[in-house]
Amino acid sequence: MRDAVLAVERFGLGPKPGQVAKIGRDARGWLTTALSAPAPTLAGPDGGAKVLATMLRLANSDAEALARVGRAEARPIFVADVTVRMRAAVQSDTGVDERLVHFWSNHFTVSTTKRLIAPTVGAFEREAIRPHVFGRFADMLFAAVTHPAMLVYLDNFVSIGPDSLAGRRRGRALNENLGREVLELHTLGVSGGYTQSDVQGLAQILTGWGIRREEDGSPGATVFRDVTHQPGSKTLLGKTYGEGGEAELKAALSDLARHPSTARHIATKLTRHYVADQPPAAVVDRVARRFLETDGDLRQVMLTLAASPEVWATAWPKVKPPHDLVAAIMRMLDLGETALGRIPAVLQGFDQMTWSARSPAGWGDTAADWIAPEALMKRIEFGDQVARRVPVQDSRDLATRLFGEALAPATRFAVDHAESATASLALLLASPEVQRR
Amino acid sequence: MLNRRTLMGSAAGLVALPQVSFAQGVGERRLVFIFLRGALDGLAAVPPVGDPGLQRLRSSLVPDGALPLDATFALHPGLAALLPWWQARELAIVPAVASPYRDRSHFDAQHLIETGGDRPRAAEDGFLNRALAELQQPQGQRLGLAVGSSVPTMLRGATPVASWEPQVLPPAEPGLIAMVARMYAADPLLSRTLAEGVRAATMAGDVLGETAGAGQQRGVAAVRQIAGAAGKLLAAQAGPRVATLDIDGWDTHTNQPNRLGLVLPLLAEAMVALKAELTPVWRQTMVVVLTEFGRTVRPNGTNGTDHGTGSVAFLAGGAVRGGRMLGDWPGLQDGQLFENRDVRPTVDLRAVLKTALAQQLGLSSASLDQRIFPGSAAVRPLQAVV
Repeated sequence: MRDAVLAVERFGLGPKPGQVAKIGRDARGWLTTALSAPAPTLAGPDGGAKVLATMLRLANSDAEALARVGRAEARPIFVADVTVRMRAAVQSDTGVDERLVHFWSNHFTVSTTKRLIAPTVGAFEREAIRPHVFGRFADMLFAAVTHPAMLVYLDNFVSIGPDSLAGRRRGRALNENLGREVLELHTLGVSGGYTQSDVQGLAQILTGWGIRREEDGSPGATVFRDVTHQPGSKTLLGKTYGEGGEAELKAALSDLARHPSTARHIATKLTRHYVADQPPAAVVDRVARRFLETDGDLRQVMLTLAASPEVWATAWPKVKPPHDLVAAIMRMLDLGETALGRIPAVLQGFDQMTWSARSPAGWGDTAADWIAPEALMKRIEFGDQVARRVPVQDSRDLATRLFGEALAPATRFAVDHAESATASLALLLASPEVQRR
Repeated sequence: MLNRRTLMGSAAGLVALPQVSFAQGVGERRLVFIFLRGALDGLAAVPPVGDPGLQRLRSSLVPDGALPLDATFALHPGLAALLPWWQARELAIVPAVASPYRDRSHFDAQHLIETGGDRPRAAEDGFLNRALAELQQPQGQRLGLAVGSSVPTMLRGATPVASWEPQVLPPAEPGLIAMVARMYAADPLLSRTLAEGVRAATMAGDVLGETAGAGQQRGVAAVRQIAGAAGKLLAAQAGPRVATLDIDGWDTHTNQPNRLGLVLPLLAEAMVALKAELTPVWRQTMVVVLTEFGRTVRPNGTNGTDHGTGSVAFLAGGAVRGGRMLGDWPGLQDGQLFENRDVRPTVDLRAVLKTALAQQLGLSSASLDQRIFPGSAAVRPLQAVV
């Protein structure tokens, strides 16, 4: 029973009522099955790419029209995407697949802090992340780096090779933003052994990757343009990539994907996410080794992580970020479509609006990032507000159906002795079992 | 009307607002840190218009209508509200400052600055938290305040601090909070944080009243709300003495002039709002504005700038002897740039931070050199700032 709770909390998005009893004794078998699922694909609103193309045109010409399109066209797509994503998190049987989507989406952060990409951030996750969470890291990396949302977010769409046709004609130059973040955040990690000249080498390789304009056909889609691509050979991590047009990027990203520093960086982040704020070195080593052995097969990597004894040794070491706290509460209480409609406002209130992290490094993944005094008050107040609106049944019974014997005596006491059904539910929602994982 | 936050705090039995004297060394002095995350382009904020290299290397990025400060420097028009501060000698500017970090990762640079180390990831707790640990924090008082939804790294650590952000949800009933506190007894992180949350809420309720902090604002209104609340809390008698707040939006890789034209006024608004609330103690107040590094001197291909090295820092307030530039200007001529791309720093950011901590918190050079910024004995505070 304890292992079943641990499995759904640590790897999923929290239990549904009765789920833990159903899993029973074979928690590891349940987790293996959950990690053997097909890619969690998802349908979302159409038309984001076209709106992106329109907004990119207006960004240089008509600020008023841009704001209008942002409100009338981009915002509804974004809100629909946020809602669809939360519905998937709530409806997923195991939660394990959606949790992986959240992890990788955060690893490859795109953020509406750059407002232009609001209509495509949902598509980014659906198109670049979801197909690959049980696939190969190299494929996800290429899909993420070349997605329109990323090319705009990190400014690559306007980066021009200085010696390209367009560069010579217009006297334009590189923008090294995406090149730097691919090395620092997406692959090698900041101490992964690259230099400023590697940043520029990758930025040169990335030139040419841009966005189709409205008049181009398939507006808002990714395009490779020779006229802006820096000609000639480029050097990255001591290796020379001969002039190869759009093929250069795939080759460079494949090499980065199988670099030992990348394996270590990814293993560290996965271990921090799933095991502990201070990732145990033994787990990181094991996961990194598996990453290298399997050439970045993310299903194998996750199975290795799940089989690590350290995972099963400690209960509740991590804190749920607000988004996942909200998802867990919705899973517990089976809150329906009306509640989903309020999700964007709720996430905004928690300062964790989907796809809106403050920087390309994404959301923090430790307790210190989320458990500040005011933030904890807000989490408790949120549970209280939910409890006031949801006609719950019996929280004492609900607590048992969620956590069974894993429920701490102090939580059991609080839920059993609350002065009202509302207070009882508010306490359950505030409990360490719900706040942590 | 009874303040629900106050009621909650006292009824929960977790808080007793103290009436005790302030810590030795702090007295009535206030210290505010405004961290500009994303790396401010110092050359745009305080353009050295008297340096011929400026027009030669970045003509497209030189702001129109810059306000002259001295023979060399001018102020970006977005910071016009701070020109009277300069004239009243309440604003000093360090034109070429950087931390010891010489690579160009935002995240490592911020982490290094905030943890007070001389290399990335050397420590986890914040220099400001260690500085507070050197003071005798009066029983029940929290000298440190983080304004915003999370506590920034510089304020994280063993010393408990308060945090504040606009209230978005109705407060829970006091009885419920008391029961939650009991439920958290075996969970050190949650119980400690809840106690701090109740304490901060009580303080905020007392000082700001029921509605002052209500609701989230956007843009300029949000900055005024947040900085104004920080000022009110700092001004309160048993309130915090040191506060941090963040302003984002400085990573101007593209279209820099437009973007800075939007965010620089937010910085000025924040400082004006702080001053308005801190008027009674303005002579004892210092505001430090810092960023993780500067940006390239030359524009990149998209009329923006990429990650660089030297940037500016501001020291402002009634406790500052301002109206002047601090530290040498390295120049923008050939051979004067760092790695032929960035402003060469002439002042270590830790010197700026030490100056502020020594002056405002009365910390000794022994504690500054060894515990707050370990291994920094060679980095001396700026002379004659205050």
